[in-house]
Amino acid sequence: MGIPFDKAVRYFLLADILTGFRLGMKYFFKPKVTINYPFEKGPLSPRFRGELVLRRYPNGEERCIACKLCEAICPAQAITIEAEPRADGSRRTTKYDIDMTKCIYCGFCQEACPVDAIVLGPNFEYSTENREELLYNKEKLLANGDRWEREIARNIELDAPYR
Amino acid sequence: MSDLRKIIIDGIEVEADPGLTLIQACEQAGIEIPRFCYHERLSIAGNCRMCLVEIVGGPPKPAASCHIQVKDLRPGRNGELPEVRTNSPMVKKAREGVMEFLLINHPLDCPICDQGGECDLQDQAMAYGVDFSRFREPKRAVDEIDLGPLVATEMTRCISCTRCVRFITEVAGVPEMGQTGRGEDSEIVSYLNAALTSELQGNVVDLCPVGALTNRPYAFTARPWELTKTQSIDVMDALGSNIRIDVRGREVMRILPRNHDGVNEEWLADRSRYVWDGLRRQRLDKPYVRINGHGDGKLKPASWGEAFKAVAAAVKDAGNDIAAVAGDLAPVEAVWALKGLMDGLGSARYDCRQDGAALPPGNRSGYVGNARIEDIDAARAILIVGSNPRLEAPVLNARIRKAWIDGADVAVVGAAVDLTYEHHYLGAGPETLAGDSRAKIVDTMKGRDNPLIILGQGALARADGAAVLGQVMAMAGEIGAKLLVLHTAAARVGAMDVGFTHDGGTSSALRGAKLVFNLGADEIDMPDKPFVVYQGSHGDRGAHRADVILPGAAWTEQSGIYVNTEGRPQMANRAGFPPGDAREDWAILRALSGELGSAELGRTLPFDSLAQLRAGMFEAHPHLGALDRVPVNEWTPVAAGAMGDAPFAPALADHYLVNPIARASEVLAEQSRLAAARSMNVAAE
Repeated sequence: MGIPFDKAVRYFLLADILTGFRLGMKYFFKPKVTINYPFEKGPLSPRFRGELVLRRYPNGEERCIACKLCEAICPAQAITIEAEPRADGSRRTTKYDIDMTKCIYCGFCQEACPVDAIVLGPNFEYSTENREELLYNKEKLLANGDRWEREIARNIELDAPYR
Repeated sequence: MSDLRKIIIDGIEVEADPGLTLIQACEQAGIEIPRFCYHERLSIAGNCRMCLVEIVGGPPKPAASCHIQVKDLRPGRNGELPEVRTNSPMVKKAREGVMEFLLINHPLDCPICDQGGECDLQDQAMAYGVDFSRFREPKRAVDEIDLGPLVATEMTRCISCTRCVRFITEVAGVPEMGQTGRGEDSEIVSYLNAALTSELQGNVVDLCPVGALTNRPYAFTARPWELTKTQSIDVMDALGSNIRIDVRGREVMRILPRNHDGVNEEWLADRSRYVWDGLRRQRLDKPYVRINGHGDGKLKPASWGEAFKAVAAAVKDAGNDIAAVAGDLAPVEAVWALKGLMDGLGSARYDCRQDGAALPPGNRSGYVGNARIEDIDAARAILIVGSNPRLEAPVLNARIRKAWIDGADVAVVGAAVDLTYEHHYLGAGPETLAGDSRAKIVDTMKGRDNPLIILGQGALARADGAAVLGQVMAMAGEIGAKLLVLHTAAARVGAMDVGFTHDGGTSSALRGAKLVFNLGADEIDMPDKPFVVYQGSHGDRGAHRADVILPGAAWTEQSGIYVNTEGRPQMANRAGFPPGDAREDWAILRALSGELGSAELGRTLPFDSLAQLRAGMFEAHPHLGALDRVPVNEWTPVAAGAMGDAPFAPALADHYLVNPIARASEVLAEQSRLAAARSMNVAAE
């Protein structure tokens, strides 16, 4: 047993530090994987299931016809609907409430909807300061739909070949 | 049943009555055959073709099982039993083909259709149809027809089963609907394009196998899967129709009939079906006390304690002059509890006959009769005295009509009315029940099978009512006829059964009373003087006159027994809870008796729960405990007396607005307006 020269040379030439430094510099000059979140965003699938919205037809008529299939299928029972004939005799909701604190984002309501009225949109940034703000009513859901209509229409179009 | 025929259905050997159709024989054998047009209480149409089956050895094509009888089947060449197949490839192909044809013009609007979820076409398309469509041509659309405020139409959905046409023509007896055109142009129409005039029109909604005819007041408000169903009894007439109450949350959404062969078959009168919106309006939801004494003071909301204190003070003031009246919708339990309360207060001045009908207390053959509703079917001579069954009990009238179709002769004494079937009109008043015409009636009816006399309240609720009853009972005795006393109030027979009566009727019970307990009696003129304690569910006449209002539950909100016009006790189950501070009737009376008992005025009622109350009541009146059984009443004729000569008046002023719940209903108010306008038109012509 003599002195382990390999080890001694590496020790005195600071090889480990240089190796580590090289690795550090390598990633220093590599493109970054992290993004500056609130200002930059990652890509989303067209099938992404985010905040719920109620859509309208291009002429402004609300799509929902109060068939209550979404209410029936909802496993978390987050949807509450009340309906009655509107003045023109058509079947419409008078109340369409979704409790977003109950929603489990399974997308069954979207699947059940015969008129593509209820859709889980691409928005995932709707945290609130208190619970009450997460109890959505029809007004809020339709406003969401108006705000996200372009993205939703594009997503549905992109996903159409696979359905 | 000796001549049963043996046939083979799907390889199983069964014995069937030769008169049965194959669809019925299969049903007996436990095999379901899909159908749209076939309905066991209507005539056979055979136009939907959904019930096709294969008959082995018969013609080489499927046959409609709804109109081929068991006796039509021929045995095989070597004497084999005739064989029917309901699951062979031929039948499967035939059903798929029929379903494809039915769906050609049926719109795909299940999501906005009220029938969705309880639709025969939807279910059978899932079970027997194919999952694709070959139809690329344009679908037809059909104009709407106007059937009035009760039945909404969407005739594009119609599959032309003609059940509605057959019901309106055969059962309701007002031929106002029909099918016109041929092939693709055939449509169901109402001949006059006006609201139906039948009192049973709501039943076409139940009969329609698709969503062509739907319930208009219920439109779009609920889905069948979100409704809680409770079996109950109807109280809008005294028939005691079996109903199903559909509730969502706290609200009654609709009322549907249940099948009971002995009572309502499977029909329900419009008054009973569409009364539910009356349960939401004009409700008494907290106790009220009139301040500044009665007369000019205003009713002020109060707590139960304050209300009970006001009653206790009034009871103390009144001494022995306390009376009680029971209304038309009170369950037997409440009436019995009120009777116990009155007995405890030492007063026997209570009565249930608001309309002054001369029903003999204690004599069940006098106030119920000895006939059952089922007896109408077999009767071949029916005499109706002082009643318009079409308005008083529309479902019963449909039954009489059925007997008439089977060959019964119907005769009427009383106001001349359209009963939807031909009848002999004998006279308007009691004089027809005396002298020569009486002898003629007796002679004619004597020779007929199972003669039956139906005695209405129009003949009893009058000064000489007892004499008329005596005369009719004497006639029934001579003829050997059965008697059915047709009541108009659901609670009447039950209250008579527990002896809630006073000699001389309600007016004599109220005479000179200083305090009156009013248990939902809204049809009487309350005297001005007494202090009135009203217990009921709706703010109607009785509540306006009250000094203290104790809010009670309506019949859908409490469990109670009602005895129908043939004396059959039936249990109405609770479908929901009463609004606000309102409580169940028996519980209010029990609590009030506790309050009075502590004031050393009366005694506390000896029960703490509905079960204990019922146990006590069944002990005193055992027949009430035998639910759904009609006790046999010993025939005890009432003495005949001198009858007056005034003609029999109609028992109901307005047959839609018969009680506080019906008067609170907007739908029935609309119906009542329409009916009034129609009778004005008829008078003008």
